[in-house]
Amino acid sequence: MQVLLTLALAKGIAVMGITVLLRSGQVSFGHALFFAIAAYGGAFTLMLMPGADLIVVFLLGLIAATLSGVLVGLFVARYRFIFFAMLNLAFSMIFWSILEKFYHYTGGADGMRLPRPTVLWIEMERGTYELFMFYLSLAMAVGLGWFSMRWLESPTGQLFRTIKTNETRLQYLGMSPQRVMMNGYVLSAMLCGTGGILMGLVQGVVTPEYAYWIRSGEMVFIAVLGGAGSVPGALVGAAIYEIVRTYASAFAGDVWQMVLGIFLLIIILFAPGGIAGIYNTLMDRIAGTKERGE
Amino acid sequence: MTHLLETKGLEIRFGGVVAADNISLQIDAGKNLAIIGPNGAGKTTFLNICTGWLKPSKGKVYFEGRDVTPLSPRQITRRGVARAFQIPQLFTEHTALENLLIAAAARDQLRNPIRALKDTRQRAEMMNLLDMINCTDVAHRQVDELSEGQRKLIDIAVALALKPKLLLMDEPTSGVASSEKFGVMEILVRALAEAEVTAVFVEHDMGIVEKYADEVAVWNMGKIEMRGSPAEVLEHPDVIRDVIGEVV
Amino acid sequence: MNLTLFLLALFDGIAYAALVFIVAVGLTLIFGVMRILNVAHGSLYAMGAYLTASLTTFVLAAGLPPIFAFPCMLVSAILIGVVLGGPLEWLLLRRIYHKPEVLQLLVTFAIFMILEDVQRLIWGTQPIFQSTALQLMGNVRAFSVNYTVYQLILLPIVAITLLIGLRFFLRRTVAGKLILATTEDREAAQAIGIDADKVFLLTFIVGAGLAGLGGALASPTTSILPGIGADMIVLSFAVVATAGLGQIEGAALTALLIGLGRSFAVYVWPETQVLVPYLIMVAVLLVRPEGLFGSPAARKI
Repeated sequence: MQVLLTLALAKGIAVMGITVLLRSGQVSFGHALFFAIAAYGGAFTLMLMPGADLIVVFLLGLIAATLSGVLVGLFVARYRFIFFAMLNLAFSMIFWSILEKFYHYTGGADGMRLPRPTVLWIEMERGTYELFMFYLSLAMAVGLGWFSMRWLESPTGQLFRTIKTNETRLQYLGMSPQRVMMNGYVLSAMLCGTGGILMGLVQGVVTPEYAYWIRSGEMVFIAVLGGAGSVPGALVGAAIYEIVRTYASAFAGDVWQMVLGIFLLIIILFAPGGIAGIYNTLMDRIAGTKERGE
Repeated sequence: MTHLLETKGLEIRFGGVVAADNISLQIDAGKNLAIIGPNGAGKTTFLNICTGWLKPSKGKVYFEGRDVTPLSPRQITRRGVARAFQIPQLFTEHTALENLLIAAAARDQLRNPIRALKDTRQRAEMMNLLDMINCTDVAHRQVDELSEGQRKLIDIAVALALKPKLLLMDEPTSGVASSEKFGVMEILVRALAEAEVTAVFVEHDMGIVEKYADEVAVWNMGKIEMRGSPAEVLEHPDVIRDVIGEVV
Repeated sequence: MNLTLFLLALFDGIAYAALVFIVAVGLTLIFGVMRILNVAHGSLYAMGAYLTASLTTFVLAAGLPPIFAFPCMLVSAILIGVVLGGPLEWLLLRRIYHKPEVLQLLVTFAIFMILEDVQRLIWGTQPIFQSTALQLMGNVRAFSVNYTVYQLILLPIVAITLLIGLRFFLRRTVAGKLILATTEDREAAQAIGIDADKVFLLTFIVGAGLAGLGGALASPTTSILPGIGADMIVLSFAVVATAGLGQIEGAALTALLIGLGRSFAVYVWPETQVLVPYLIMVAVLLVRPEGLFGSPAARKI
């Protein structure tokens, strides 16, 4: 359960990246790219520098994700909607096929191992390490969640959100929509990267599946499930998702994508606010009944 | 003496229609210019060219003596030309105050990623601006819930929030109930004077033009037919025939 | 690279381009008319391939002569269009035309997720191979190389016929003109009595059918396995984006460009064959963001 929650938190952090993007009205079908790049970055670090500390592995993985976020962002930040979603998908598929084809370096479909690193140069037993990773993920989720929410309210974040409603006015405020988009894009890549490196460190192995479209789709699904644009929704959504998946895989493992797809349709068509929306509605109702009671 | 805005020989056509034909115009600081003329005469196109949204096939635009023809709307805005639109261009999922705060954040290049927009020190200034246009009561309402007239005012306030030197307005009083037009203009002209902004506005209401413009330019078929003070232009028989006759 | 290899690469490229074009033209047609990018398009392609393979195997097992492999393709394409495409438009897409673009994307993405599992449920994860049609047509000797008639002659002929047929249909027939009119201005089209709902339904059925046809025609040339749908949607999007969304003739040219680029990569540096189409796309979009044949959309303000 503890490992499960750690994974859910890692995934939740990555989903926050999608959530941030959704606030500008954009969706990416390829953000698993940054998830995978960070994890592979960590794996390469451990391969080239055996015995590297967790901090080094984490930072180098994150830097890899950030740099690729900047590079890909420079290209996709000028696109919106269909092109934005599909170009991201294309980039993730490119990376996925590089991982598969250049197996001399990447281990191909078997992926790469991330042997358990030291933590602050202290060797840890498996149990202690997992417990540490749980608290690290929790702290990261809370910290980054808080930061993302603040960022979305900050001038930079508010400008980013205007992409959703009026880019003409944005230009006539003297701003470059591309640059405004870029800010949020790099943040989303960093969040996905953080999720990816945490996930890789917990699982001890990273495979091309990390970059595959199914992973991106899963992140989008959780973001929509949690409530499009709600940061706490992303974390709650990820937790619910992981728990349900663990128990449902016994009888729905073969049709998991299908179940997700059907739920996605139901949410979009009937509960576009997701979990956060349902929660708000419930709260409003409770508040409403109270007011009437008084 | 350099003019605030000057165009030389602007030309642009859409298909077979000439929207601007050798337009040379000077606008000087402190003199509000009204542009009048029938629909489709090329008035909005002129504003689009001056702000870099459209590129002329011939001719140049100078702002404060510098050639801005090749610049983007973003760059021209940065130099001090703001724009208000015929159809308000606002951030519809934000409140009126937030729209202004976003403009101020863009103007002052605010970067702090933690401090909330609503807590920035520009807030008082923007509330003041809302007060100037009599919109404090709707400060916290989302702009897509506001009336057309209110949205026009917010749109102009957003432009003013940039502290421009020149403000281009496309039919500021369209969508405003005719009983309120003069009130709205009164507010606007006062706000403009207070901010020391020169305004160019496209307008169909001759009463407004007569009262609030320092100068009038008459547009017809992509050309400037005449230019002068409101009194001399509005009484000219050609203008009455071509422009006013059509509107009234 | 000697002449033989060059010719092989050339023929591979042409055959591949023909297939990709058939799929991509369906995608771009749907987008052109409905302004929706059907992410599930690749799944329709995959299901067309699976269905053809199964039908062919079934027909042959029933003792019919191998020539019946060809009608099986047509039947599969029509089934994909009518039985799968029709209800998708009618039950789902129709609800979202007025919703934000993000939601439209999410809905077709959800359909994609569902259809990918439907394939696995019906056809399993083992590769399926059914090349009767390919073998039936034999080989042809062109210059110094042997190549299959099916790939070198039939596929390009189908692709070119489709291109010319679509052009003729859209420009010269009443139904085609109605579709174009709806594309340009939906409300005006409705005002003059065009049933836009019917136009959309028809377009989606035809577009989905083209994806199915692409899959049907591809089925004898390759082993069919899970994942080909995902590959195909990304690839056909690359073709369509490089050409400019909604550009039918442009899609034919870029399909050729990308097909040839890919097949030459196979002979020069095999690891990069999957990358080449995207590199071409990225290179084109860097220079022309609206695609080779698209025109930048001017917003009115």
